[in-house]
Amino acid sequence: MVGYIISNIAVVALLIGFVVVARAIRSSRMWSDAARNLWRRRPFAIVFVGVFVVIALLDSVAWISAPAAMAGVGDQVAASKPRSIIDRLFAPETFRETSYSAPLADLGFYDKQRLSYPGAHLLGTDILGNDVLYRTFKGVRVALLIGGLTSLIVIPIALAFGISAGYFGGRIDDGVFFVMTVLASVPSLLLLIALIMVLGTGTLQVCVALGVTSWVSFCRITRGETLKIREAEYIQSAKALGVSDWRIIQRHVLPNLIHLVVITFALLFTGLVLSETILSYLGVGVQGSWGQMIDQARDELSRTPVIWWNIAGASVALFTLVLCVNLIADALRDITDPRTRREQS
Amino acid sequence: MTRPLLEISRLGVEVPIHDRRIPIVEDLSLMISAGEVLALVGESGCGKSMTALAIMRLVPKPLRIASGSEITFDGRPLLELSVPEMRAMRGDSISMIFQDPMSSLNPVRTVGDQVTEVIALHDHRVSRAEARKRTIALFERTGIPEPAARYDAYPHQLSGGLKQRVMIAMALIMQPRLLIADEPTTALDVTVQAQILELLRELQREFQTAILLITHDLGVVNELADRVAVMYGGRIAEEAERVDLLTTSRHPYTKGLLASIPHVDRRHADLTEIPGVVPVPGEGPMGCRFATRCPIAFAPCQDERPPAVDLGSNHCAWCHAVAKEVAAS
Repeated sequence: MVGYIISNIAVVALLIGFVVVARAIRSSRMWSDAARNLWRRRPFAIVFVGVFVVIALLDSVAWISAPAAMAGVGDQVAASKPRSIIDRLFAPETFRETSYSAPLADLGFYDKQRLSYPGAHLLGTDILGNDVLYRTFKGVRVALLIGGLTSLIVIPIALAFGISAGYFGGRIDDGVFFVMTVLASVPSLLLLIALIMVLGTGTLQVCVALGVTSWVSFCRITRGETLKIREAEYIQSAKALGVSDWRIIQRHVLPNLIHLVVITFALLFTGLVLSETILSYLGVGVQGSWGQMIDQARDELSRTPVIWWNIAGASVALFTLVLCVNLIADALRDITDPRTRREQS
Repeated sequence: MTRPLLEISRLGVEVPIHDRRIPIVEDLSLMISAGEVLALVGESGCGKSMTALAIMRLVPKPLRIASGSEITFDGRPLLELSVPEMRAMRGDSISMIFQDPMSSLNPVRTVGDQVTEVIALHDHRVSRAEARKRTIALFERTGIPEPAARYDAYPHQLSGGLKQRVMIAMALIMQPRLLIADEPTTALDVTVQAQILELLRELQREFQTAILLITHDLGVVNELADRVAVMYGGRIAEEAERVDLLTTSRHPYTKGLLASIPHVDRRHADLTEIPGVVPVPGEGPMGCRFATRCPIAFAPCQDERPPAVDLGSNHCAWCHAVAKEVAAS
């Protein structure tokens, strides 16, 4: 039950982090140029991702109302639970039907009875009468959480291992390479499912399992790039001027890897959101994800007349998020890669 | 005689292959006095860059400095210093500039930032503002136009000549006693080369920095050097004051090098060359390394190490033929 408190704290931390990053970007000419450039190239993708982020944040701020305030809601079990802003906006306990209804319909899909909220369900309702738009919105937070949290696990691990293997070489390199090869030689889906079986199916557990299985490719890229950068003359030159190894990694190697981190973060992010869908399809996904919606909706497609809005809601949301993040990543890579950055003055 | 600033004795750099040790630099001894410019001249692969890296203790793996080598800088044995002690020397007392200014600056950081980093590394008391001021002042001194604006420029926004000026500023910011310049002008246009050499000479006089100049270009030697050491196959062949070396050289290799300088006034003449190729390290004659290509090689050259022949006024050649001539006269 303390989950919602952590979630609230995380929202505050994220907002503070956002302000800090925004200020850092503004103070650096290179990054503020990059940000402006990015906005010019991909305005729609940024707006869409922004909307997703806002929905996820609204769904992450939750609190328990006093029982008196919940009097009209009816469901006493739901009333004692923390409810997020999205929950409060949709009030799913009352804003529901008895079964399927088409988008914006006035009558039920099978019983042709007048709905409790005629014309109000933008994406219709599912078999239990839940509003599909509400379920889609609830899936946003799960998707961003899986992508973001797992990337937060993966990127530091991969960077630490990749840079130390590439920069120091020798035994360290052998060790890291051994671990990578072992992990890469196990079918990743099998490993993923095995890990989830051991750890459990909570959001955090799935994130850890995804993290363990997906850091290898990024680590390999980091290692290769570090190997190349290590031989660059500016590293030699820095050494000749008395810069220590740790500082060289920090000031010379890392900044040259940032564009890789950015692009990998985006690709990893979309890859993870998509893998969660597959996990849900196999029945080991996260509660309330788009993957689960798609999984539940798959046999609805074979009915006549077809019930399409369930799968459409989740798929369109998934597709939009993945496409937008990929578009942004692609533009960001062009902008931040020191090799493709064009002369500007 | 004053104590030399840098004294290298019996320096060896070798690469271990299986159980053999193949020498890249062998038994090399050199001295540089404070404020002196010594040019180390030789063909590609003769070990001159390795000598420079050995002084900095930056010889790349798997190469290593042979046991028995000694390098003394200002009375301190460099090869016996701990890693942090050596790191504190680099950039502060001994600096180095590299051949290619295009790749010697980190492309993702401003050039000013990279120079002030050196100050921050070696002197913690200097504030950021002060470091910035010092960097801009030195930028101005090294002939960088609009130094304050260039401070925030990225390397790709500067020309090759400007980048080399930044590299020089970076190497000289702590006013080191010794600057190692590894082919500082090779990657530059000829016109820019002259400017950079001029700048190096001015700064050398102003700061009284000793320079170890590594080059294969005798023109550069003539511009800058006080004394010259010619290297061949990992060993010193001849060492002399600049004028003596360029006019009265004795070693057949040095003579060959000088003869192969193309002359503008001799049109249509074939270019003179030294026949043969540089011996691969670990192969070639055991005696004089130049024996296979030498026009006057005779019996002992192949098998016996040539002796050092003192020709007076700091002129020394390592050659059997010269030794015989001197003995005869």
